Amino acid sequence: MKARVTVTLKSGILDPQGKAIEGALKSLGIEGVASVRQGKVFDIEVAGADRAKAEAALKDAADKLLANTVIENYRVEIV
Amino acid sequence: MKAAVLVFPGINRERDMARALKLISGKEPAMVWHAETSLPSGTDLVVVPGGFSYGDYLRCGAIAARAPVMNAVRDHAARGGLVLGVCNGFQILCEAGLLPGVLMRNAGLKFICHDVHLRVERSDTPFTRGYNAGQVIRVPVAHGEGNYEADEETLKRLEGEGRVLYRYCSAEGVVDERYNINGAAHSIAGIVNEPGNVLGMMPHPENHVEALMGCTDGRGLFAGLVAHLDRAA
Repeated sequence: MKARVTVTLKSGILDPQGKAIEGALKSLGIEGVASVRQGKVFDIEVAGADRAKAEAALKDAADKLLANTVIENYRVEIV
Repeated sequence: MKAAVLVFPGINRERDMARALKLISGKEPAMVWHAETSLPSGTDLVVVPGGFSYGDYLRCGAIAARAPVMNAVRDHAARGGLVLGVCNGFQILCEAGLLPGVLMRNAGLKFICHDVHLRVERSDTPFTRGYNAGQVIRVPVAHGEGNYEADEETLKRLEGEGRVLYRYCSAEGVVDERYNINGAAHSIAGIVNEPGNVLGMMPHPENHVEALMGCTDGRGLFAGLVAHLDRAA
């Protein structure tokens, strides 16, 4: 089973990296970019076929390691 | 003072730290590998040194914070044992949940590597008793992610409980955004946990302990710890 955990910065948290990327996009002349926030994507192969179990395990993984919930939100998807 | 310096893959300041501890306490610290599950018996002080544990993969300090030895550090801290985290060590202690908040990318995006001035906010703690309250010390920083951030509630508690021990300032001790090198909330350079036995700080006091280094302002922190433990013994 394939799963994806997406980690994003909470709103209101300053993201200097996103700002730098935003600046670079503007200097490339790419129009219409209002703002950029950088996040992370984890593609994970899960053993077994129990969706609920996989989701619970990945939520645990995100809480314990993949995300720092002080500053980040995450989303778990079984794809 | 019986000190233990943790060693993680990618850490690079552990020998500077060990040298400073030996120099000031007169006692060689134990070097403790991250895979250990216990600390040497009788350890008074655990030091989490600076560097780039695990190449800063995932988030700085995130992987090291989950290493086996950290459970022993948690137990040590829960018993009231002293813990000092410098630079990457501060990041690791935050990730491990031993200190609140998080160290974000420097607001100016640049890696900062030069001397800074710090104002010692109070002198009645194990980590500052070698200084006077309001004293300004000069120590080096070397970090890309030292921008301390926490939610409003946490910052209010840190300030209200006097848990900010070191703040970035001018040579005269003025705290202002101009001297806040990395954009940290409230110019925070170092904080302690609620009971006051765990300190995390971004600057490197261990790198200003000998005349050869051009400055000895960092000695006070270690001398204060030695004095604190002597008194407790």
